[in-house]
Amino acid sequence: MSAARAGIRRATGGWVWIRTVTVLVYAFMFAPIVAVMLLAFNPSQFGSFPMHGFSLRWFLALWHDDAIMRAFRTSLMLGAMTSVISTTLGVLASLAMVRYDFPGKRTASTVLLAPILVPEVVLAVSLLLFLRFLSVPKSFGLLLLGHVIFTLPFVVLVVQARLVAIRREYEEAALSLGANPIQTFFAVTLPLMLPAVLAGMLFSFTISFDDITGTLFWKPGGVETVPTQIFAMLRNSISPEINALGTVMVIVTVAVPLLGVAIARRLAARLRGR
Amino acid sequence: MAAFAEADTDRTPALLLAPALTAITLLMVIPACFIVVYSFWLRTGTGAEQVGFYLKNWEEVLTDPFYRDILLQTFKIAGISTIVCALLGYIPAYFVAYTRFRHKSFLLLLIMLPFWISYIIRTMSWINILGTSGAVNAVLLWLGVIDHPLDMLYNQTTVVLGLVHYLLPFMILNIYVSLDGIDRSLTDAAQSLGCTGWQAFREVTLPLSLPGLAAGSLLCFVLGSGTYITPMILGGPTDAMFANLVYEAIVTQLNWPLGSALSLVLLILLGGLVAVYTRYLGIDQIARSFR
Repeated sequence: MSAARAGIRRATGGWVWIRTVTVLVYAFMFAPIVAVMLLAFNPSQFGSFPMHGFSLRWFLALWHDDAIMRAFRTSLMLGAMTSVISTTLGVLASLAMVRYDFPGKRTASTVLLAPILVPEVVLAVSLLLFLRFLSVPKSFGLLLLGHVIFTLPFVVLVVQARLVAIRREYEEAALSLGANPIQTFFAVTLPLMLPAVLAGMLFSFTISFDDITGTLFWKPGGVETVPTQIFAMLRNSISPEINALGTVMVIVTVAVPLLGVAIARRLAARLRGR
Repeated sequence: MAAFAEADTDRTPALLLAPALTAITLLMVIPACFIVVYSFWLRTGTGAEQVGFYLKNWEEVLTDPFYRDILLQTFKIAGISTIVCALLGYIPAYFVAYTRFRHKSFLLLLIMLPFWISYIIRTMSWINILGTSGAVNAVLLWLGVIDHPLDMLYNQTTVVLGLVHYLLPFMILNIYVSLDGIDRSLTDAAQSLGCTGWQAFREVTLPLSLPGLAAGSLLCFVLGSGTYITPMILGGPTDAMFANLVYEAIVTQLNWPLGSALSLVLLILLGGLVAVYTRYLGIDQIARSFR
């Protein structure tokens, strides 16, 4: 950063203004979420400001609410299965995209991203009606297929970005020392890819765990995920229980990736240290 | 090419891509073609589908002013939200790109954070702020500015607000990525040649950041036009958007042929927009924000 430019920047006073606007925009993004998390601890029955104290009673209420616990289990199961399948497909595809040149690569890239270029509602309707036509009823399986297809492009984008950074010399060294391609993959490539794989899994897990747009179309009657459960509860009115549920969800979907990032960093550091 | 290519010349990429491409073909491409066929079928009075080639759904969707009005309203809401996002998003993106603040990566993390928080929670959180017993009313009542809580929720403005809140991180991230890619020596050069800071921004930085602004705007507009959750949670009875009609037809009325035709209208319009964009600007700009 040049001294001259910094000087001008400070002299115009514009920077102060830019910083103020930035703080306000950040406040706009986070204030409502902070409100949700604060109100979750409000003991009052009507869940509104002002706060009347601090209590965990609404979290306890969640724990004893069968419907909510069921929704939680469904969401966790769905997210975990989605992330395993989607990441497996996505990592294989990303390897092809990053490591090889082949005819039709541009087309392949467009097709891989297609599920996020199409409006999610359209994706949801077409998959639902097609499987109906094949006499496959709405089921957990349909929900899973939908989530896999919807999260796949995100996994491809994230994993590709990480794979580009892995230097190929390591693999070439292994091969020239006599390892076969499969040995090389498991002994060299896969450990190096682990942070990318982890990133893909976490990303697809949170997207699946948070999704509502497609899920409302795909879910069978009587099955709820956490977001659709919140949606159904909102029909009545906002309650402290919804705020508590929202808080738990924010914690799950924010803490899990942060934990993942920390693990990935540690893994990467350990690999470098070798 | 590298190691793997030598071992197994041409088949490896095809094998690696096969599972993903098969899944997308079976679960998206074929179903999308299928709803084209389906949109020409008819739903009879008994609720069964009549197979054939009927233009009635399309005639209804394309000529009934009800659908046209909601489509226009959808584009208006999404358009306003996109413009507000661009206006609100540029400055924070600029700040994060150019700040010398030590914890810049923390500021970036905060931009990513909303992506991890569920859309439905971000949407419903506004009820706590603007509802009759929400934070704003509580403060105004406490200050004595008003006697009765104001009705601020469930109108078009709150739908726009909810959408802006949902879409803003996409905009900031895209603008940030393109600002971050600008060679800093260009603005230095402009200033050493006598430009003021503002002139250097207008002549150099702003034009070079337009691809990011365009990518962010496209994403905001397409995502905004395709939503039905925000109007259901924050809108009033007259604030339906086009995707609400699809939801209504498919989930509530079970009129699948009509729902197919409505989905296709959305796909053609928004897909067309994405196609035009990628034709001229390329998909890479959007993909770049993941790096």
